[in-house]
Amino acid sequence: MKAFEYAAPSTIESAVSLLGDQWGETEILAGGTDLITSLKQGITAPDRVVSLKHLGLNDITVDEDKGTVTIGAMTPMGALASDNTIARHFPALAKAASNLGSPQMLSTGTVGGDLCQRPRCWYYRNGMGLLAQKDGKSLVEAGDNRYHAIFGNGGKAKFVSASSLGPALIALGATIATSSRRIPASEFFATPKSESERETVLKPNEIATAIEVPLSGLKNATYEVRHRRGLDWPYATASVAFQANGGKAQVVLGHVAPTPWVASQAAAVLNGAAVSSEIAAKCGAAASQGAAPLSKNGYKTKMVETAVKRAVLIAAGLQAEG
Amino acid sequence: MSEEPTSSQVSDSGLSRRGFLKGFGVSGAATGLIAEAHAQEAESAPKVHGPGEIPVTLSINGKNHRINLEPRVTLLDALRNRLDLTGSKKVCDRGTCGACTVLVDGDPAYACSMLAIEAEGREITTIEGLGTPDQMNAVQEAFVENDAQQCGFCTPGFVVACTAVLNQNPDATLEEAQGGCGGNLCRCGTYAGMNQALLDAAKSMKMKGGA
Repeated sequence: MKAFEYAAPSTIESAVSLLGDQWGETEILAGGTDLITSLKQGITAPDRVVSLKHLGLNDITVDEDKGTVTIGAMTPMGALASDNTIARHFPALAKAASNLGSPQMLSTGTVGGDLCQRPRCWYYRNGMGLLAQKDGKSLVEAGDNRYHAIFGNGGKAKFVSASSLGPALIALGATIATSSRRIPASEFFATPKSESERETVLKPNEIATAIEVPLSGLKNATYEVRHRRGLDWPYATASVAFQANGGKAQVVLGHVAPTPWVASQAAAVLNGAAVSSEIAAKCGAAASQGAAPLSKNGYKTKMVETAVKRAVLIAAGLQAEG
Repeated sequence: MSEEPTSSQVSDSGLSRRGFLKGFGVSGAATGLIAEAHAQEAESAPKVHGPGEIPVTLSINGKNHRINLEPRVTLLDALRNRLDLTGSKKVCDRGTCGACTVLVDGDPAYACSMLAIEAEGREITTIEGLGTPDQMNAVQEAFVENDAQQCGFCTPGFVVACTAVLNQNPDATLEEAQGGCGGNLCRCGTYAGMNQALLDAAKSMKMKGGA
């Protein structure tokens, strides 16, 4: 690990002033569950690390007047998973958090870190670059792409977004507050086109500070298709939200594209429909439309259908949480 | 690469791109405790520490240790290489196997994925703080009774994780207790013995009212 300077400022303004305006000059440290490993592996080698540990930002608060629940970016994932307000209003978030499966990750990993963690693509993690290009060709396309994207993979980025909370936050219409602006969750994630870009619209000297989720009474759920209950990333995730009468439906997929993937054609199946097993299956089938698997990840297409179907049934109260 | 740096690495600490840092009161080594910097920050520019060694105070197993560390040193390396607390094991060193598990303010955490400097002000409990060969805690005793290990490398991490989950939920079902070990791996596959140890430890803790 390259040596670096360390600062733990006590105000957001100080923290921003300590950050460079180019990616890689400085890194933001929240829980560290991703960054520390990346530092050891030389995937990033900043001159300075800015810790957010003295900023607070770790409360979950309800504002009845505004009709929002605000989650501080430094809230541990475990606190989100076990919070009563979150469990009552946003089971899609509680489930996505608790599914992390590792008490160590739950106690240390943060909500903001979940949104800003780097992809788990093994080419990237082994130093072959975010876009894993060699001689103008994609190593992912020619190589072992079993965990890579089946949607949004037409460009150079073939990795999947690692965020557990992203799909649910988009489905719930959340907004992400940063040190300088407010960003709808649906516009927070971005697909990098070059090695010097990252996976969110955040600037190098911008800090995600909180997430606001509207209390809109939507039925919601997350279902992850997983290999094991313990620490691992899912193969495919679906987060859904809709009104009791099927209105205002949102279906968002995770771990299948370089960003959380909005499946609007699946949402259209739900809109205005009384949810049944048949409708849920149709919704799942619609969600997989347009999938473009690589050579070794065609299996994910079926998993998307299953994840969406089960998330819809769980949200509608027609199936117990799995 | 992830061991503590050698002196040659320290002197080669790559500060060539520090032009943008000017004007932020970049400090040299030994500028004082983070806590002091924290208090002074209101009046002046925020303090920056390192990349050389700075004094860090760690509270481990109820005892304060003041050591000089570079900011890049992980809690696990500080425990093992500087404080001779080698019970916490370094296996994957990337937050996936759980062999380095310690308690931070009572919650299980991967010591390999936390900077030592970030642990300042927190209460760290390592496997050494849970019990001794003569006075084992309930989980340690149950692991011995049930031969719940083979090579033993994952064992300290499992014992800490099991202790945490049973401390937090003494009435945990086996499934819940297993969930508490979801961040630990045993490559020898001694899970059957550990399951039995979990059940026995839970029973004994309930009788004694704690680990």
